[in-house]
Amino acid sequence: MEKRKELIVSAIENGTVIDHIPADKVFQVVKILGLDKASTPVYLGINVESKKYGTKGFIKVSDKYFDPEELNKIALVAPTASIIEIKDFEVVRKQTVQIPERIEHIVKCFNPNCVTNKEHDIPTKFRVKHVDGKLRLVCHYCEKYTSEENIEFI
Amino acid sequence: MSISLKNRSLISISDYTPEEICHVLDIAEDFEKNPHQNLLNGRIIASLFFEPSTRTRLSFETAIQLLGGNVIGFSSTSGTSVQKGESLADTITMVASYADLIVMRNPIDGSARLASEVSKVPIINAGDGSNQHPTQCMLDLYSIRKTQGTLENLEITLVGDLKYGRTVHSLVEAMSHFNAKFNLVSPVELKLPRTVKQHIKDAHLEYEQFTELEEVIPHSDIIYMTRVQRERFPDPLEYEKVKNSYVLRNAMLANAKPNCRVLHPLPRVNEIHVDVDSNPKAYYFQQAQNGVYARQALIAAILGLK
Repeated sequence: MEKRKELIVSAIENGTVIDHIPADKVFQVVKILGLDKASTPVYLGINVESKKYGTKGFIKVSDKYFDPEELNKIALVAPTASIIEIKDFEVVRKQTVQIPERIEHIVKCFNPNCVTNKEHDIPTKFRVKHVDGKLRLVCHYCEKYTSEENIEFI
Repeated sequence: MSISLKNRSLISISDYTPEEICHVLDIAEDFEKNPHQNLLNGRIIASLFFEPSTRTRLSFETAIQLLGGNVIGFSSTSGTSVQKGESLADTITMVASYADLIVMRNPIDGSARLASEVSKVPIINAGDGSNQHPTQCMLDLYSIRKTQGTLENLEITLVGDLKYGRTVHSLVEAMSHFNAKFNLVSPVELKLPRTVKQHIKDAHLEYEQFTELEEVIPHSDIIYMTRVQRERFPDPLEYEKVKNSYVLRNAMLANAKPNCRVLHPLPRVNEIHVDVDSNPKAYYFQQAQNGVYARQALIAAILGLK
């Protein structure tokens, strides 16, 4: 059944399928991975029925494979995502994403007086901490915390 | 192994290990005995104060002159290229080509870390917004070690605004390396933030929270006072209720331990009554003087001259 649903959008011969993205986070994933500037075909699915999650989103990227490090960047918005690598229409690898220890460039610091919000073009950098089961991003510059509920993507 | 701090910027007190901190305090002790040492021999230190400061700037500039160095810089941004919209990175890059070391105070949080990443010469953070003020911490540690003979196993009472006071946060972080016991005395509205308490917990140390000062005085080695500011309270009535609970008066020190000393990062407003000033336990003015030795030590160590 799952295979037929994936075929709603054409199956890709070679490339990467990012599946089980929360339905409302697909465009953020596109942005984080820079797929808005991709040169190969990219197919998006939003509000697709999912047995596991009710609804989900997916992205199929033709002729492109990602470094695990690059894919881990999406773990903040799509911790449930699965990554499926396709070669000759066959699944060759399936993996999940993991929240990295460092997050760079993609999240805004919650502190309005942080130098990354005051000066132009200073890329943000955070250390990831897990406190009482919740995520906290510690800013490399101002050392303040951005908690999970305050995460805003650049 | 000998400790070298050559070319090591000091942005946050946690940039230095406890051994490196003690090394700086040892050098400061030497400067206290012999403050005039012409180690800089005409070298140029930039003192960039993007916001006004009295004690910090004057004590840095005194330290530089005692070391035989020259100071360039500014004490406010008026009339500088900063007001024309120059980026911090550009200002620092330019100044780094003129000076051997940059001392910087800036109202923006994280500006010092950024400066250290673009500068080819080391940076000493003289305060970046509400974030860090590591040289104040260094002189606090120097004052504690000097008056107590050690940094180990002391009972430290922190009083007043523990929520916003950056000197308190750095001191807690630093003293957590030395098996301290902390008494945290503050209004409920201004309690030490959870993230700072985490340093105490990570070091498996004890702390107790109080809302009254008097009961903890008899067993404190250090009483570190800070100012409770009216503007920190959303409701002015709440301020009126607590404002007198955090004023230290001479009579309250009657049962203090003989080795007990009262510290304050200054400026004080009314949180230490002037009748405390003549008590030998009052140490805040000597503490400010120690700032010169601590800053001499840092400059000399970072330039590889000690």
